[in-house]
Amino acid sequence: MLPYLIKRLGSLIVSLFVASLVIFACIEIVPGDPASFMLGVNAQPDTVNALREELGLNTSHTQRYVSWISGLLKGDLGTSYTYRSPVSDIVADRLQVSVPLALYALTLTILIAFPVGVLAAAWRGSAVDLFVMGATQLGIAVPNFWFAILMVIVFAINLGWFSAGGFPGWDAGILAVIKALTLPAVALALPQASILARVMRSSLLDTLSEDYIRSARAKGLSRRQVMWRHALRNAMIPVLTIIGLQFSFLLAGAIIIENVFFLPGLGRLVFQAITQRDLIVVESVVMLLVFAVVLVNFLVDLAYAWVDPRLRERS
Amino acid sequence: MMSETRSSRKALKSRNLFIGVALTSIFALAALLSLIWTPYDVTQLDISSKLKSPSWEHLFGTDHFGRDTFSMVMVGAQTSISVAFIAVGIGMGLGVPLGLSAAAYRGGLLDEFIMRGNDLIFAFPSLLIAIMITAVFGPSAVNAIIAIGIFNIPVFARLSRGAALPLWTRDFILSARVAGKGSARISVEHILPNITNLLVVQGTIQFSLGILAEAGLSYVGLGVQPPIPSWGRMLAESQTLISIAPHLALFPGFAILLTVLGLNLAGDGLRDLLDPRIRRTRR
Amino acid sequence: MSLLSIQDLSLSIHGQSILDCVSMDIGPGEICGVIGESGSGKSLTALSVMQLLPEGAKCSGSIALSDIEILQADEKTLCNIRGRAVGMVFQEPMTALNPVQTIGQQVAETIRIHQRVSRSDAMVQAANTLRKCELPQERFPLSRYPHELSGGQRQRVVIAMAIALQPKLLIADEPTTALDVTTQAEILRLLQRLVAEDGMGLMLITHDLAVVTDIADHIVIMNNGKVVECGQAKALHSNMNHPYTKSLFKASTHQPERLGQVEDTVLLSVQNVVRDYPMARKSLIKKPAPFRALNDVSFNIYKGECLGLVGESGCGKSTLSRAIMGLDDTQGGVITLNGRDVFADETAREKMQVVFQDPYGSFNPRHKVGRLVSEPFFRLGRSATNDEIVESLVSVGLEAEDRNKYIHEFSGGQRQRIAIARALIIKPELIILDEAVSALDVSIRAQILDLLAKLSTERGLTYLFITHDLTVVKAISDRVLVMRDGRIIEHGDTKTVFHSPHHDYTKKLIASAPQIQPVEGINI
Repeated sequence: MLPYLIKRLGSLIVSLFVASLVIFACIEIVPGDPASFMLGVNAQPDTVNALREELGLNTSHTQRYVSWISGLLKGDLGTSYTYRSPVSDIVADRLQVSVPLALYALTLTILIAFPVGVLAAAWRGSAVDLFVMGATQLGIAVPNFWFAILMVIVFAINLGWFSAGGFPGWDAGILAVIKALTLPAVALALPQASILARVMRSSLLDTLSEDYIRSARAKGLSRRQVMWRHALRNAMIPVLTIIGLQFSFLLAGAIIIENVFFLPGLGRLVFQAITQRDLIVVESVVMLLVFAVVLVNFLVDLAYAWVDPRLRERS
Repeated sequence: MMSETRSSRKALKSRNLFIGVALTSIFALAALLSLIWTPYDVTQLDISSKLKSPSWEHLFGTDHFGRDTFSMVMVGAQTSISVAFIAVGIGMGLGVPLGLSAAAYRGGLLDEFIMRGNDLIFAFPSLLIAIMITAVFGPSAVNAIIAIGIFNIPVFARLSRGAALPLWTRDFILSARVAGKGSARISVEHILPNITNLLVVQGTIQFSLGILAEAGLSYVGLGVQPPIPSWGRMLAESQTLISIAPHLALFPGFAILLTVLGLNLAGDGLRDLLDPRIRRTRR
Repeated sequence: MSLLSIQDLSLSIHGQSILDCVSMDIGPGEICGVIGESGSGKSLTALSVMQLLPEGAKCSGSIALSDIEILQADEKTLCNIRGRAVGMVFQEPMTALNPVQTIGQQVAETIRIHQRVSRSDAMVQAANTLRKCELPQERFPLSRYPHELSGGQRQRVVIAMAIALQPKLLIADEPTTALDVTTQAEILRLLQRLVAEDGMGLMLITHDLAVVTDIADHIVIMNNGKVVECGQAKALHSNMNHPYTKSLFKASTHQPERLGQVEDTVLLSVQNVVRDYPMARKSLIKKPAPFRALNDVSFNIYKGECLGLVGESGCGKSTLSRAIMGLDDTQGGVITLNGRDVFADETAREKMQVVFQDPYGSFNPRHKVGRLVSEPFFRLGRSATNDEIVESLVSVGLEAEDRNKYIHEFSGGQRQRIAIARALIIKPELIILDEAVSALDVSIRAQILDLLAKLSTERGLTYLFITHDLTVVKAISDRVLVMRDGRIIEHGDTKTVFHSPHHDYTKKLIASAPQIQPVEGINI
């Protein structure tokens, strides 16, 4: 177990290190230099120089990289140029929307996909299965922001069940928050749930055709018992992989969905920062999102080891 | 009775392929046709006939500038399909050779390097980086293609490595080595032909994902720039007019939905057609 | 009254007839051997008894287990019967166990499914059953996972799962086919002992006549979904009626005729060859010692000779064949063909070719036979002429038109002929046959052995015949090498080695190999 853990942890750190280099390089190679890029073409030379001073552009690349990273490690994400406040404060603010939204969407995804996938696999070839396959095919094909717009037309404008956009803040009470986050979460979850349900189904079907399932049936287990006791856990390995990948889709999808619903989340922050050319915010928030993705994949690796004893000792 | 359900399932699958290919061809033809002819000129503004509902004159109605939505959907097809197609080409063109060489030198440094590089790209939320690239280098069709294409590279690299690895343990590879063939030649002569099916199927899937990604990028204004129409931006523009002209949100959305659906169905159908995995009954 | 009575069982899958009026009886304490080649329907007969048939299967006739009619029973009754009244053991021990559960859990599951016992009681019973199957708790605690066990040990776990509740009937479907000879002998002894101790009936399904003739009371021979012959094992042995039975027996003891002359010149010389594999790191500090797959291996092959190399899986025989072909680097020693070093001088390799075991994996499915067969010409730097392709195909008994077909159009035996054609096409002197007939049915195997014998006579070919199957080696080779743990532990004339083996391991190997007594008085 321990060598596996160490190896995973090592690759986590390497990924993060290389990712930080890539992001840093991306920002450094913007046309012109970051200061003139941020201020645009019409900026006064002395304003540009002031900003260059503030960003420390007169120091070397290495120095800037080191001070950025050491700041990140201490939780200091720099100061936003447009908002004129510490990025960490803004991020903390936005996380109050983004984290609940991502978790809400992930929960919905799993809650929809698992039963649907199991049902379709258990009744393979039946009407249920055909319906599931058809519906998930549609679910995958729907662009989620369009689906979001349609839901706004139906559930917010016509029926008035949910709010069409905006976020009332946690002070407004949990019900108001749920009202504001439900449509975005559904829009995010639907395509992912469709994908996951299909993966679940095909993984279960693959597992059900394994030899050990036949051995289990020969022991006298019924179809249902075989499904719960043997197939499900073995079928989880590809499913876990997909859940790991989906987390990054949920994060990225949130950028667009937060725009549809005017939600003040991390995605919208990045997007606004990009259009306002606030590179400090972009750099730090992108790094933060990458960190989240890498961390989730690390957790998925740990889950593999929990599911599959063969991995525990493989070094 | 069982044999009936089996044959009906088979029929269903070939029907999937048929519907998929039909849908895809409709949009591909619309895109090709838009190169030489559209019912109306999409660059011509005509405020006098703005926001018209669908009619025989304007099949899909008109937008707030009085442009014909049907013509715009046609040109949008051209944009979406070409962006996604080139992005898949980039992914295949770079990803497959990388994956094949990783498999050929499996366990070596090159393999490790390529696979870690892939993991790295996977660690970035794809759309986020696409947004970053277009933001830093300016929004344009080319940057959208690059942004989407980069994420196709690891997909094809992983796929071809994963499919090539079990092939490398097969005896026919060994007899090619006995004949004195080198890794590169074996990859091209023996491995590649045996993974083409997989690549074609994955290609259609990445194609459909590319169309969704392009739509997403142009929805947030980072794709193809005006005045060239694109489905994503049409949806973005429709959003402000949602209560007055809901039809503006319907047609581009359905265009995306049907193209992606068509490609996915075609991909599924192709997989069954090209890879009839003969499940030999155990004896 | 018999324990299991199958009467006129017919089975079709998706309308295609698989079994046709199969009948057999098994009594308590009786071992019934069911023999047939692939496709004979022997496994599906067993699965019919369990009612674990593939989708779309339909049975008619009668399967009576004691007084229960299996074909009329509902699923709930069947679940009660499976595991409690009938246990089943399958062919592939490597995949027959759930990889994510411990062996204790899996054996205890049989008990807990059928009886109301506490988890800990079931575990105690599981431990006892495993002990009975010769897996003592001291060395194989219940907490082991399948991947920590060898193939033979896993098969014992599978058997323990099947007999945990002392069923009246045990069905073993090719239980030893995937195992080495010595392990096979142990498993067969175990099954025999269990039958004797518990008074179970045993249906032992196999393709290998030799496996059952020793231990079965009763033999049923199947071909194309029909029972062609059945009777008491001893009586059947001396009194066969059906031509298929006769040909099966004949093929199993087949001795191909070889007339070639062995010359005095050395063709292939292997001197002190060493091959190390690096091991996976287990600790971060210590570098692991490499695994020595070939340890100081030396031998010669003379022109025109057929040298047999026998050993069980993992003994290094495949590594050796790869080293001879120059595919893998060695860490010491010299390999020469016609006096030329195969590593230093690549042209030396032009005079040897190889035929592999798996008739399905040896060919690129995307190329036509003509292209497949001419592949060895790559080394000569030219492509094969049409005449050369045709000549090679015809010489192995195929037709000239076959060059335009794809490999999936051929049967296993035909594919092995194509593999031989590919080996012959550049007129090599040495052909390495790496388990070349191991995957084939006995009757096909006999044909291929005849073909090889004929070719060696005609062309003065030299063979290195690598196999785990002692019967084959005995039938075809002039000399034998016995390999174990990367070393050659015994070598000599085939007759001498088989009659008076020196090394203990060789003795054990020969004793383990199931044998059929040559039958007198069969006239074909």
